[in-house]
This record gives sequence, structure tokens and C-alpha cells, in this order.
Amino acid sequence: MSTLTELLVIAVGSALVSNVVLSQFYGLCPFLGVSKQLKTASGMGVAVIFVITLSSLVAGVIYKFLLVPFELEYLKTIVFILVIAALVQFVEMFLKKSVPSLYQSLGVYLPLITTNCAVLGTALTNVQEEYSIFYGVVNGFATAAGFAIAICILAGIREKMRYNDIPKPFRGMPIVLITAGLMAIAFCGFSGLL
Amino acid sequence: MNYGAMLTAVLLIGILGLLLGLFLGFAAKIFHVETDEREDKIIETLPGNNCGGCGYPGCSGLAAAIVKGEAPVNGCPVGGETVAAKVAEIMGVEAGDSVHMVAYVKCAGNCETAEKKYEYHGEADCRMAGLAPGGGDKSCVYGCLGYGSCVKECQFDAIHIVKGIAVVDKEACKACGKCVEICPKKLIELVPYDAEYLVACSSKDKGPDVMKSCKTGCIGCGLCMKNCEAGAVTVSELVAHIDQDKCVKCGVCMEKCPRKTIIHEV
Repeated sequence: MSTLTELLVIAVGSALVSNVVLSQFYGLCPFLGVSKQLKTASGMGVAVIFVITLSSLVAGVIYKFLLVPFELEYLKTIVFILVIAALVQFVEMFLKKSVPSLYQSLGVYLPLITTNCAVLGTALTNVQEEYSIFYGVVNGFATAAGFAIAICILAGIREKMRYNDIPKPFRGMPIVLITAGLMAIAFCGFSGLL
Repeated sequence: MNYGAMLTAVLLIGILGLLLGLFLGFAAKIFHVETDEREDKIIETLPGNNCGGCGYPGCSGLAAAIVKGEAPVNGCPVGGETVAAKVAEIMGVEAGDSVHMVAYVKCAGNCETAEKKYEYHGEADCRMAGLAPGGGDKSCVYGCLGYGSCVKECQFDAIHIVKGIAVVDKEACKACGKCVEICPKKLIELVPYDAEYLVACSSKDKGPDVMKSCKTGCIGCGLCMKNCEAGAVTVSELVAHIDQDKCVKCGVCMEKCPRKTIIHEV
């Protein structure tokens, strides 16, 4: 397989086939919490793409040039948490000063996902699958894109669902969980893609 | 035991933590954004629930808007007067400048005074019911449909459906304006808390049509306007309106109204 096809397989695989929320159950908290309106959901999606892509890069660099030479691979979880948290904090400060418009649009979502399990999970998956740094970044971007797709679809469904006559016991969170479950089943259909 | 490996692990994490801490510390200095110190003070004063009841994204959003002058000092519906007073102090203005407002539904066509044109079996939501033929099932096109879109929207449990129309609980209302926005019939208006005489109708229909559809609807006869000495009542588009700033609370308009459309709130 050429590099390009390989990258495409990784991208499609992590965006659709093994979708981060719908088949790996990472990042369920923002998935259920911030999916009431399409507008906020897409804001969250963009913030997640931004953070995961960046953290994949930094975590990959830290792992390759710091942990492997010192034979401290087993410390990856704690080091990744430390580095990602600091990174997001720094990015927030940087954006506030340099790109206020982007800072405004990402708003509260940026600090919210600092140590979201989807962010950490992607960094750890990259190490586990022994991706190179570049492959890791592509995988991170695709995973986050998968999250954005899933949360936007759910938000769209929830917006329409407001007009439905839902039986009383299912109102609120239960129907959302059922919807998410049905979405997960639908996403199983992608497994035939690869 | 491999003390060397332990030491490297401890050192690595320690140094990494130290470096990141220093890095963030310096970054905070370099990327420090000059903010109005009033903004920080206001954030401390606000309740900090980030409920969004004010219409801004969280308490910090409201604080920024207050400092810019886009939001009133009493913009926080949760904090109420106490918070408004403190914020006003920070901003250096009088909290008394703002009047305590409450929402008011300009319709009294409940199930006793107005009728239904037909049986509506659709979604129990005013925005949907309003799209049904004839502007909904209510005999009056302008009246409250009573499907409670405003009730669902209210975060403070201050509006309820009583006898088929929405009624505001003045004590619980925080004047956040969510119901004003959601009402498809544009029936809800913010009025001063101490407003006594209010027009309970929004019908722009001609007299005979109003007579048919509702027992208490405004027919636009203008008796209230002619008798008001303060010039507070105006009739436009066949419906009376009271300017609460000019109203002297004499009650003449209510006495003269042949349809009992003008009501006395206490």
C-alpha cells in the first residue's frame, strides 16, 4: 500500500468505522451534554478537532523524543495528561491575545475539553498502534472529525425531536441515549467500508 | 530494585511539571490581555452558575457586555436586585436607574371568554399550532393559543397556563425576555412591576369581529383614549395601549372601557 492509501484507510477508519463516540465510547460527556443545539454542537466539534490534532502532534513528539530514549514509556498516561492540559491552557492564552475572533467562537468549549477522554484516548491510541508522528496527527484529525460528525448529527436529531410527542418516561435524557444507541447501530454499517 | 529507573521517572515528571509551570507562567505574562478591572470585579459579584439566563454565554460574557455598556447593570436575572446594586456600584451608576420589569401577556381570552374554532390535534406547541389554518384553533387570530411554548421556555417557573391562556407570576418573573421572544403571537411585553392598569388584548380585528370571537376583546372604540387626562392611552391599529411612563393610575380608562378589556393589576 502506498502512503496515501494507508493514510486514507487510517482516516476513514477512525472517522467512520471505529467512530470515537459511537463505537469506542470516548467523549460521551460532551456528546450528550453539548448536543442540544446544532450551533453549539458545531462549535464543540471544531474545538475538539483543533485540540485533538494539536495534542496528537505534541504527544507524539514527547513520546518519541522524551519517553522512548529514557525508557519511560509506562509513564505515558500521566505525562500526556500533564502536557495536554498545559498545551490547551497555552493555546487558550495565545488565542485570546492573537486571534480574539477564534477565541470568541470557541468560547467555553476549549477549556471544557482539556482532559476529555477522547483527547487522551487518541494520544494513547496513536502510541498503541505505533503510528509515526505524522500518521498520528492524521489519525487525530480524523478521529476528531468523526466526533464532530457524530455530535452534529445528534444535535440535528435533538433539534427536530423537540416537536415530537415522546412518551413521558422517555422524555429528556432517556430518548437521547436511545437515539445515540440507534446512531451507533447505524454507524456499524460503515464497518463494511474497509 | 532499580533505583536509577525510579530516579529518572521522578526527575522527568518533576522537571517536566516545573518547565510546563514556568512556561505557562511566562506565557500568561507575555500573552496578558489588558482587561477592564471592573470586568473581573463584576465576574466575582455575579452568581457564577453560568446559566445563560441573561442571554450571554455564561457570567463572564455578561460581565464583558456590562462593561461595554451593551447590557444593563441588572442584566443578571438570577442575582436580582442585590447583585444589580453591587454591579451598579462597580460601574459607578445608580441601580435605581433601572425599573423592575415583569412580563405581561396581553390577552385575556381564556376558555370562558373566547372559543375554539375547531379541534386541534397537532403538536402541543404554540409555534406549531400557530401555523394551523386560521392561525390556530383560537377564535381570535391574535389571542394566546395556550399551548405553553412560553411555559417551556421559562427557566424560573414564572409563567403558567391558567384557564387556557398564559399568565405570568409577577413575583417569580425575572424579566429575562425569553417568553417575549418565543411567543409566535407576539403577545408578551415587559411592563414595570408596579404598572396597575393594563390592556388585556392585542386584537387588531375590527369591532364586530372582536365581538364575535371574544367577550373581553378590545374593539378600538377609543373611549379610554378620550377620557385619559394624562394622555397615556393611545389606540392604534384598533387596539388600546397604555404608556406606563405617563400613566397616573387614576383608573378612568378601566371604568370607561365598555368591554372590560383594561384590567387592574395589584
